[in-house]
Formats: sequence, C-alpha cells, structure tokens
Amino acid sequence: MMIYLRLFYEFFKVGLFSVGGGLATLPFLKEMGERTGWFTNTDMMNMLAVSESTPGPMGINMATYIGFLQGGIPGGIVATIGEVTPSLFIIMAVAVMLNKFRTNRYVDHAFYGLRPASAGLIAAACLSVLLTVLTAVRSSSGALFKQYSLAGGPLFSVPKLLLFAVLWLLANKVKQTKNLHPIAFVAIAAVVGICFRFAGV
Amino acid sequence: MNSYLDLFLTFARIGVTTFGGGIAMLPILQHEVVKKKHWAEDEELIDYFAIGQCTPGIIAVNTATFIGHKQKGRLGGIVATLGMVFPCLVIIMILAGLIANFAELPVVKNAFAGIQVAVCVLISNATIKLIRKGVVDKATLVIFLLIFAGSSLLSLSPVIYVVLAAIAGILLKDMEVNAK
Repeated sequence: MMIYLRLFYEFFKVGLFSVGGGLATLPFLKEMGERTGWFTNTDMMNMLAVSESTPGPMGINMATYIGFLQGGIPGGIVATIGEVTPSLFIIMAVAVMLNKFRTNRYVDHAFYGLRPASAGLIAAACLSVLLTVLTAVRSSSGALFKQYSLAGGPLFSVPKLLLFAVLWLLANKVKQTKNLHPIAFVAIAAVVGICFRFAGV
Repeated sequence: MNSYLDLFLTFARIGVTTFGGGIAMLPILQHEVVKKKHWAEDEELIDYFAIGQCTPGIIAVNTATFIGHKQKGRLGGIVATLGMVFPCLVIIMILAGLIANFAELPVVKNAFAGIQVAVCVLISNATIKLIRKGVVDKATLVIFLLIFAGSSLLSLSPVIYVVLAAIAGILLKDMEVNAK
C-alpha cells in the first residue's frame, strides 16, 4: 500500500511543479530518481527515447513506466493519475474563471495580446523541431541565450527533405489526400523510413 | 452516442495518434476537435496553449481537460483527461518489459526517423494555421515576431512572454480606445 501512496505523492509533485509541460518535467524526474533510487539517469534516457517512439505525451509515459516498474499495473495507474491530478484541478478552476470573466474587457484584451504570443512560442518550437529533424543544426539553452551548433555529417538530409516536400504537397495541394487524418501521413512516413533506412541502421 | 463516451473515445484517439507530445498533438487536435467534432475553434486552441504554458502539467492533458470541461462540465473534464492518458497507459505497460530494447530495434529506429518528418509537415501546417488566427493586425504581428525571435534566441521561461503579451494586449487596446 505504502508504495502506491508514495508513487501518487511523488508524481503529484511533478505534475504540480512542472510548468509548461513536456520537457519541463525532466529536471523534477531527475531529482526524483536520485532521491528515491527508483531509476538511474540512464534508465531515464532510455525511457525518453521510448517515449518519443510511442504515442502519447512524454510526461505521462514516464509516469506510467516508472510506476509500473515500482508497483506493477496498479503502480503504473496510480503514478499516472498522480501526475495529472494537480493540473486537472487547476485547469478546471481556470476554465470556470474564464467562463465567468471571458466577457470582461480586460480579459478579452489580454487574449488579444496572448494569441499572437502563443503563436510565436509555437512557431519557435516548430522551427527548432524542423531544424533538428531536417538539418544538422542543433539548439540548446544557454544561461541567457540559446546556443546553436552544427552536429557532424551533412548539413541537410536530402531524403528527409524530399519526403518532407512530398508529404507537404499531399497534405496541402492534392485534393484527394488533403483531408486525410494526420495519422495517414505518419503511417506513410514510417513505411518510407523503414524501406529507405532513414536512421541509417 | 453517449457524450461522455464520445469525449473519452475522441481523446483516446488523440492520445494514441500523437507521437512526441507537446506541439506534435496540435494537428491531431485540429483535425479531431475543431474540424470533425466542432467542440472548439482554432482561436480557443491557441488560448489553451497560452494558458498551458503558465499552468502546471502537460499541455496536451491540460487541453483535454479544457475541452472536456467546456463540453460537459467537471465530469467531462475528468473523462476527457482519462481518455487522453488511457491508451498511453496500456501501450507503455505492454512495452515496459521490452522497453530498453524496443527503441534500439533497427526497424523502430528507421520508422521513427520517417515519422519525425511527417510530424514536421503536420506541425508546420498547424503552426501556419494558428499564426493566421493569432496575427490579425499590425500590433499582433509585432507581438508575434518579437516573441518568435525572443523564444528562438533567448533562454527565458515562456511564462515571461505570456505575461508580457497579456499586459501588452491590455495596453494596446486601451490606447486604441483613447485614440478614438
């Protein structure tokens, strides 16, 4: 019983303090691993790789995996529920407030500024994903400035750029494929990746 | 269909078709929630992302809670959130035994190198759509460009940008009113 309570408590804390989602949970998980001995840094890096290769948000996958290792199936469930509980309460409180104040002049004006800002943050995240996947340019966070560097190898991956161009045309210009569910493009890309050994192995 | 079941299944579908988390689920959300179900507008998705940047928790999950709550109140928020995490829970527990090896399999590596390219296409499209909704005039274009540049060049918490942009929105609208 104790292990379930502990799992819930530990992941509740991660869920409560990691503002911004996704990678924001990493420092908290790292600290948890060092303190509880539940997993090592290498375990965490393996898990990160798997999270990126399985569906679902990474934070959730990490909680399920660590919970499962420590407490079997109930452990996985308890850890995951612990992780989402704080944001569930906070978001529902925010949603109630928004409903109440959505017509308030100041709230409305704040959203006028928030929307382009949110779009700017999303665009920057999108750019960094594009650079990482399609080119050898890598970005990392410095103390104040982001640092950009070049990984080894060619600057562009030509096969990946070609696949990008074809998929972009299918998703935007070809009438028959434009409205397909996004998963269709993911499936096509997976098959192309396997046939042409995109990872080079 | 029962509307709670509909919420659960829709978000389970979103959870299972999103690879990588974060903005990777934007295109899926647009397809399922905006285009198919009409549960929210593109504008609301941008708002939820902005709020998700400054509240705790995973943004994908927060968006599920918002939309579930909007459709069916508190229970709806809980059901949508559970739907979002359910498929991941099952998949990870099945893979847990094999996990260290799974990511090392050549076929998995190659497939995911391909999938990453598809994710690039999908998030580029989703991002362009959201920029069109968020940038409506000169002032919002300036905010967009400043935050895009700031976020690409500086290592600051997104919370700072969100708070500054909200204040800028209020001040800009105030000036507009005063000018009239």
